[in-house]
Amino acid sequence: MTDLAPGPNSRRKSKYAPRTVPDQKLATSAMIASLDAEGRNTVSAPFGNALIDMAKTRDDIVGLSADLAKYTDLHVFANAYPDRFYQMGMAEQVLISAAAGLAREGFTPFATTYAVFASRRAYDFIFMAIAEENLPVKICCALPGLTTGYGPSHQATEDLAIFRGMPNLTIIDPCCATEIDQATRAIADHPGPVYMRLLRGQVPDVLGEYGYKFKLGKAQMIHGGNDVLFISTGFMTMRALDAAKALKADKIDAAVLHVPTIKPLDVDTLRAEAAKTGRLVVTIENHTIQGGLGEAVAADLLRNQITPNFRSVALPDEFLDAGALPTLHHQYGLSVPAITTQVKAWL
Amino acid sequence: MTTALSNTSLARRAWSIRRHALRMGEVQGQGYIGQALGVADVLATSYFHALTYRAEDPEWEGRDRFYLSIGHYAIALYAALIEAGILPEDEIKTYGMDDSRMPMSGMAAYTPGMEITGGSLGHGLGIAVGAAMGLKRKGSDRFVYNLMSDGELGEGSTWEAVMSAAQHKLSNLICIVDFNDQQADGPSTQALATTPEAPKWQAFGWHAQEIDGNDLDALVAAFDTARNLDTDQPRVIICNTRMCKGVPFLEERDSNHFVRVDPDEWANAIAFLDAHMPA
Repeated sequence: MTDLAPGPNSRRKSKYAPRTVPDQKLATSAMIASLDAEGRNTVSAPFGNALIDMAKTRDDIVGLSADLAKYTDLHVFANAYPDRFYQMGMAEQVLISAAAGLAREGFTPFATTYAVFASRRAYDFIFMAIAEENLPVKICCALPGLTTGYGPSHQATEDLAIFRGMPNLTIIDPCCATEIDQATRAIADHPGPVYMRLLRGQVPDVLGEYGYKFKLGKAQMIHGGNDVLFISTGFMTMRALDAAKALKADKIDAAVLHVPTIKPLDVDTLRAEAAKTGRLVVTIENHTIQGGLGEAVAADLLRNQITPNFRSVALPDEFLDAGALPTLHHQYGLSVPAITTQVKAWL
Repeated sequence: MTTALSNTSLARRAWSIRRHALRMGEVQGQGYIGQALGVADVLATSYFHALTYRAEDPEWEGRDRFYLSIGHYAIALYAALIEAGILPEDEIKTYGMDDSRMPMSGMAAYTPGMEITGGSLGHGLGIAVGAAMGLKRKGSDRFVYNLMSDGELGEGSTWEAVMSAAQHKLSNLICIVDFNDQQADGPSTQALATTPEAPKWQAFGWHAQEIDGNDLDALVAAFDTARNLDTDQPRVIICNTRMCKGVPFLEERDSNHFVRVDPDEWANAIAFLDAHMPA
């Protein structure tokens, strides 16, 4: 009996090592998992409902899905506007190509699937049929980064790295229900192609209480702080805010700069904030350490001779484990306690 | 442009398309001339029998869409667009040059009348599916034509699009397969394009015709059938063509994907055509 040796970066145990029942049992987080257990108010299906609202006044809005309408919240739009919804079946290449064709004919297609499938299966079609011609197709994808316990088949831990190399493509990683609602409307008005990461189901609201207004291409300070500058994207801004709150107990004053637009980066705001002296700069993202927000920010700062004490919180360059999300987030450093422990060690 | 022309006139159009393509090949000393000569009759029938368009307004909303999925066939489509008056004939000498509107692989942003950027094979039919959906949404009665190669039948994305077109009842979609049985490494039928071809499309819900793609009468009849069919099926015309058709000394050459033509042979080929101009 042979066992494939784990790769050099893998922490996986051998499949032939017997396991025992853990003391604390957590169920595997399903593919339909929502990030709803964070002690915040939630909003149902903000993406689908924003589309419904826009469709009232815009005949050009159409929706397509590759057998994942229910799992991307497009189903509420499909129910409200059945004649504007195209079920493309389990076929991501024609999902994307057909969206390109609809855009050629003047429509604004919202194409939905999981982030793994858009980035890995449909890349060439997004690149050539959509981005090369700068067509206004909006590719909105659920399960970004580590938001399911189903393992690498469904964990799009490298989607930002894959898409950052694509010219013309705008990339958005929204934080919460408020931002998904606002960003969906903003990208519909944007004349070019967009890839947006989605949270679905009961989506926590985070930024609403700050009076936040999403602006395409803009990073925004959620709150200031003198010791640490968190530069965060996606739902990790929620974790950054919670980490900043927790760090107060240790008299550590952390600022949170939210960067929902990964491309094009708001380099002016990033450079200005990172150049302020005396702060530990920490990028935080729900994505592999390879090629995401952290590397994008680091490269831009270094190219502009801005060299703060710089660290990154991100997923490791590994195929991640299956399991329960809270377990996995903690294991891979994305939980609030993992972040605060790490920051205190870095300071 | 829907006025039916006599087949004699179509023969003259096909002859002109071949001649334009050879002149472009002569400019670069290379090009996918085998494909251009082979598909010239298909393009003549498309642009001078089947398609509705306005040469002076290539993006006219009321046009039939013509998608070239096979980017490397650009030399052939440029020749047709020149013959149709969409591109000026005197730009032939810019073919493939820096800053030309006629790059070696067809791209929508470069060329009037080039509707999509092809070249990454297996893309055209899927885009055509979306365009056909869009035209139906708009209540348009125009057709989307997608010209693809037999090699593209190997791409999985082609079959996603084939299934999708039938599922969505895209009766305004006409796919044309240039079946010359040549792809980069050899005969397509020895790669993935197994024959018989038409029954596969029929099994997927399409109306399929398989014809001699160098027979203008057969082409006209097949296009007429595809356009006038009274069903909600998408339509495919599988055109069996001969590489280098129309220039016998090239036709007889061991046919392959990228036909080698010696420097003096371009002029010889053009001279042969000039001596055999149809009425």
